[in-house]
Amino acid sequence: MRLSKGGRIDRSRAVSFSFDGRVLSGHPGDTLASALLASGQKVVGRSFKYHRPRGVFSAGSEEPNALVTLGAGARAEPNVRATMQELFDGLEARSQNCWPSLDWDLLEVNDLFADFLGAGFYYKTFMWPRKAWEWLYEPVIRRAAGLGALSGQADPDPNEKAFAHCDLLVIGAGPAGLMAALQAGRAGADVILCDEDREPGGRLLSEVEEIAGAPAMDWVAATVAELTAMENVRIMTRTTVTGVYDHGTFGALERVGRHQRHRPGVLPVDCFWRIVAKASVLAAGAIERPVAFQDNDRPGVMMAGAMRSYLNRYAVAPGDAVTVFGNNDDAHRTARDLQAAGVHVTALVDARPGATCALDLPFHPGAVVSRVSGRMGLETVSLRTASGEVKLQSDALAVSGGWNPSLHLTCHLNGRPSWNDELAAFLPQPGAVPGMQVAGAAGGVFATDACLASGAEAAGCALAELGLTAPPLDLPQAEAQGYGIAELWAVPGRGRAWLDLANDVTVKDVRLAASENFRSVEHMKRYTTQGMAPDQGKTSNLGAMAVLADATGRDMAATGITTYRPPFVPLPIAALGAGGKGRGFAPERLTTSHAQSLAMSAPMIEAGLWYRPSYFPRPGEKVWRQSCDREVGHVRQAVGVADVSTLGKIDLQGADAGRFLDFVYANKFSTLAEGRVRYGLMLREDGHVMDDGTTARIGPEHYVMTTTTAAAGEVMGHLEFAAQVLRPDWDVRLISVTEQWAQFAVAGPQSRALLEELLGRDLSTAVLPFMGCMPVTVGGIEGRLFRISFSGELAYELAVPSRYGESLFATLVERAEARGGGAYGMEALNVLRIEKGLLTHAELHGRTTAYDLGLERMMSPSKSFIGKAAATRAGLVAEDRERLVGLRPLGASKMILPGAFLFEEAAEPVRVNAQGYVTSSCYSPTLGDTLALAFLKGGPERMGERLRVVDHLREAVTLCEVCEPCFLDPEGERTRG
Amino acid sequence: MRFSGLRVLKEGLTGNRGWGPHWRDPAPKPAYDIVIIGGGGHGLATAFYLAKEHGLTNVAVLEKGYLGGGNVGRNTTIVRANYVLPGNSEFYSHSLKLWEGLEAELNYNVMHSQRGLINLFHSDGQRDAAARRGNAMINQGDDAELLDREGVRRLLPYLDYDQARFPIHGGLYHRRGGTARHDAVAWGFARGASTRGVDLIQNCEVTGIDTSGGKVTGVQTTRGMIRARKVAIVTAGRSGQVAAMAGLRLPIESHILQAFVTEGLKPVIDNVVTFGMGHFYISQSDKGGLVFGGDLDFYPSYAQRGNLPTAEHVMEAGMTLMPMIGKARVLRSWGGIMDMTPDGSPIIDRTHIEGLYLDCGWCYGGFKAVPGSGYALAHLLATDRPHDSARGFRLERFRDGVGLMDEEGTGAQHVTH
Amino acid sequence: MRMTCPLCGARDLREFTFRGAALARPEGDDWNEAWHDYVHLRDNPAGESREYWAHRAGCGAVLLVSRDTRTHEVFSVGLARGAGA
Repeated sequence: MRLSKGGRIDRSRAVSFSFDGRVLSGHPGDTLASALLASGQKVVGRSFKYHRPRGVFSAGSEEPNALVTLGAGARAEPNVRATMQELFDGLEARSQNCWPSLDWDLLEVNDLFADFLGAGFYYKTFMWPRKAWEWLYEPVIRRAAGLGALSGQADPDPNEKAFAHCDLLVIGAGPAGLMAALQAGRAGADVILCDEDREPGGRLLSEVEEIAGAPAMDWVAATVAELTAMENVRIMTRTTVTGVYDHGTFGALERVGRHQRHRPGVLPVDCFWRIVAKASVLAAGAIERPVAFQDNDRPGVMMAGAMRSYLNRYAVAPGDAVTVFGNNDDAHRTARDLQAAGVHVTALVDARPGATCALDLPFHPGAVVSRVSGRMGLETVSLRTASGEVKLQSDALAVSGGWNPSLHLTCHLNGRPSWNDELAAFLPQPGAVPGMQVAGAAGGVFATDACLASGAEAAGCALAELGLTAPPLDLPQAEAQGYGIAELWAVPGRGRAWLDLANDVTVKDVRLAASENFRSVEHMKRYTTQGMAPDQGKTSNLGAMAVLADATGRDMAATGITTYRPPFVPLPIAALGAGGKGRGFAPERLTTSHAQSLAMSAPMIEAGLWYRPSYFPRPGEKVWRQSCDREVGHVRQAVGVADVSTLGKIDLQGADAGRFLDFVYANKFSTLAEGRVRYGLMLREDGHVMDDGTTARIGPEHYVMTTTTAAAGEVMGHLEFAAQVLRPDWDVRLISVTEQWAQFAVAGPQSRALLEELLGRDLSTAVLPFMGCMPVTVGGIEGRLFRISFSGELAYELAVPSRYGESLFATLVERAEARGGGAYGMEALNVLRIEKGLLTHAELHGRTTAYDLGLERMMSPSKSFIGKAAATRAGLVAEDRERLVGLRPLGASKMILPGAFLFEEAAEPVRVNAQGYVTSSCYSPTLGDTLALAFLKGGPERMGERLRVVDHLREAVTLCEVCEPCFLDPEGERTRG
Repeated sequence: MRFSGLRVLKEGLTGNRGWGPHWRDPAPKPAYDIVIIGGGGHGLATAFYLAKEHGLTNVAVLEKGYLGGGNVGRNTTIVRANYVLPGNSEFYSHSLKLWEGLEAELNYNVMHSQRGLINLFHSDGQRDAAARRGNAMINQGDDAELLDREGVRRLLPYLDYDQARFPIHGGLYHRRGGTARHDAVAWGFARGASTRGVDLIQNCEVTGIDTSGGKVTGVQTTRGMIRARKVAIVTAGRSGQVAAMAGLRLPIESHILQAFVTEGLKPVIDNVVTFGMGHFYISQSDKGGLVFGGDLDFYPSYAQRGNLPTAEHVMEAGMTLMPMIGKARVLRSWGGIMDMTPDGSPIIDRTHIEGLYLDCGWCYGGFKAVPGSGYALAHLLATDRPHDSARGFRLERFRDGVGLMDEEGTGAQHVTH
Repeated sequence: MRMTCPLCGARDLREFTFRGAALARPEGDDWNEAWHDYVHLRDNPAGESREYWAHRAGCGAVLLVSRDTRTHEVFSVGLARGAGA
């Protein structure tokens, strides 16, 4: 029920929202949880396993119960914490994990069978009959499990990622964090202050107390005003620091647009920040923990501190008659505030026998709550007191089992917290995160005055490390609340007492796990699933540990805790993966002829990050083969033009550049004359082929290397390593110039005539022989002409600076068309090279050696080179290695597909009989036949042998003859013509 | 005690008082026939098969932490037999057959779910590689189907077929591929081994390996010296350190692999999907969490945690491939230590020290290998002959270059596999 | 993770590429133990590790880095050229 006054809500405005279709109303400043409570909605969800009705349990990101689905359609978002979701006009929320409705949930039947569904029961059954798991048990279990549902539609909302840098990152804007930021800001440090909440203040937002003789929030407001005025301080609200990574890197999730109705194109939903900070202060506060007792999961049972939040911050009374139960002084504040708000307190139950109480209410020291009742909302609370059982009529119960410092982030770099008996809590390991100071409740400092001092002190330490001078300390007067906790984790009793509300893990489950020898805390967690629900066990971890410690006869320190890992709160994939959607996943590299290829209706295909034209269809051509055959014909009979700019181009210069090429290539380059080009074979240090390509010597100390498109980056890295690490004293420098040059193949019998006409000069063999290169001028632009061929025809590659590429391509295509040729794409390029038995990455797939490829003679005996030693290993030159051959079909079936395997004619097509496999195949319009390249055991010794090519997947069996891998013009007369 | 539905019923009716420990916690004896260093999946499976297949039970498994606390308890749970190269093909094929009978064999529900695995391809070249893989699988006697784009769409309607950076051309479908409940595999093998008399000793760190005259004699541990005729190092990412105790230098570099799981969701991904272009693979656990991972962090590490660049890349890959997962939230992330070899394939072999054996180099594919590896190592330990399925996993292959199994074709750089 | 390139300053991990353990490359064309050692075997230390990294998305320099593989602490970063292995 909403209280008549108080709270940090704007009562002047009403905000309309709906829950399960019911239209309700709240105020600006409400969370969905506070608005639901104010509307009297006691049950807000169903539990994971037993489908028990559940109510709001906390007021923060640790919430185990109040998870809802927000929105509808593709925007529907499951598992939103109602306690974190700010209310906005038009918000639509639905309950989860219940059918047909929240009030009547069929699977609540599970609760009746709880005795059969204890921890790990599923490991012991569902095994018969053997095949039933996939079709019977698993589908049923999967449907019952899970919480909310994804829509199954693409997430339409925008998200962002960003980087930020600062001197000091302050995590948490409660009293400690504000004080730390203030000190650092005044000292001139570049400060980022992050807080999960929509406004700074931390616990002070929820408490009734004074700082500097005035309401604490006045001090918060003044401090925030001062910080806001500082240019060196950035306050990031709605921002949860989710992870600590190496060397001062932090991950943080800013909820940018979640507090308002989605406005596409205006605000992203979330922004994931990578914050780099030289130092940090962790002032993340503490999280209150419950006490386990029978049926302690009933709606109306709530954390005591959360109840103060609802009372003081949201002006919501959780009930008409409220019981308060705790084991520490802090719980008394809840009773006090309830009374102050005019709510009837039925009893204050304090487990500490000697506790005293300053309040005028029924007080039960040395007593515990033993059970509660009320399936859909709390009805009674039973006490076990020194004088016997007492049953109270209460519709809400506040529970405090103490506070756990929020030290999660100190564990992200493998820090191990240590147990503190006095505080009955784990405390952060000092120095666990380099450069991080812990302040306030996160470090076990709970009183407000001590928090302020601790924040200032932490800032002082950080400033000293940053080399800045802390200003004189100016601590305001604040309250020094006592705590006086006495450990209490679980009240002994008969029924089920919940530890992990979210995953329905009870005290019995943990005890069962211990009795089955899941005694390690990690075993217990994994066996019972405690702590593995969306709330990450924030309220349940320590309770479960304590029960385990008790069951195994160990103390808390010896029991230990499980490792906290990022993220501190669950992170939407869309935020961490922002920018990846659609084509954003990887850069797109476009050649200078890209637009023109599209204009010519060429289907573009991916080649690494590049796009290349597959073929250039002409009117009347219905299938790709028609275009491809025609384009092959252009090259074989007239002239074709292809963009080959995607090949890697590396510029090498220096007095030792030739020597360096000798070192990185298997064959010799230092003998290459200026104006000449050579085909080179590059090995990895392990003796296998890394890449091939041509390198031209274009000056006395100047070479240009080409690599394959796929390996360009790898080769560049390899060469840099070789130059800087393996041959650091040699005079050679290299740089990638792939982007700087547009390069086009002009291939075919008429290529020379075309280029002579274009360049206006003689290009006869005497001027430019095969494997020669020369500088040329193209329309006044300086370019490079190479006489090299990947088609077996008379061919050239003409390179110009990239900005002229588009124009040159147009000119070349036009001139080629005038000569009965035209542009050709990747399909034709592939046919042309297969006809000649030339290699691509289908053959250079990283497992092949020069020997396998028939290129062993390229390995120079007269020099050392990378990979030479390893290539001599017995296994790399064994005669039975699979080595390159050609295949031609013999029978009626012509179907030879890459990926098919080779078998002797009579052999069964199974692994042990496999003789090799097909790497490439095509229909050759030139030869009128199917051609294939393959690797065959002892291949070169088996020419003329008949083999079966078997493709199980596509049910193709083809009889073939083994032949040389070069099918056309083996003497190379066309190329040299 | 035999587990069954009936037993669960009976215990439920009688207050669940009859359940006992899944494994014993014995004190270490002074001597064993065989000591297995490492109580992860592979070590526990080895112990189980030694007892079951070879009747050898004077065996101890020494675990420095808790059983199943290494990579078997932190992986993406994928089980498959889809390798191309001889050596790997027969091994993983055998391992998958063991998986298929594992629940019956262990009397433990490891939730092996043959829900089908789809490897997507995005270009003609990748299709050809997928075809070779699929044909190799069928040659081996396993199952594979080549799906075109529409075939993939029927199975995985939620992928982005229109805008994804790398358009989906098709996929290789391995129906017998799937997942299993990772922890349960470790526990099931532990229970099976312990029940048969093997001593599983937790919190027992090996600090030294004793040898004499080129023969192993035992191990030094934090719980005292233990003599043994045979010692097997089955310590995954820690293999290098343990082998160094015997003076061995291994062809292994330890790297981090991160993995991620989301909050529980109602069923939405029914298969295992792998996206090679993005180094991304995903399935949904029976509890409802999306379990997914990506590539290595690409630097050697024992820290069991990763950094943001790889994590972000994994999420970006997920968003381009299946943007419907955007509103799922990552609940936990973790990093395992991967024992990367120069060819990306494992080692199950003897060493030059008599009585000292290695089972390591599983890179990031060790989970599916658990039964096969345990079976093969048990065979080697018991008979001193390699099992037929694991003849290819020789240590010496790197030295002599015979039978390298570089599935990725990226060469002898540990980081690239 | 961040590293300080001697040429560019402190930069994020995503600019750098790991290039392997810093080992001295044997010379000689015959395959032998030294080569096997260099190509395949690794100390794989849990502790200080000397490694090569390339600042691929920066200046292109190959760096010699000393780093703790247990904590990721970086002890030193220098140019590999001239540093020796």
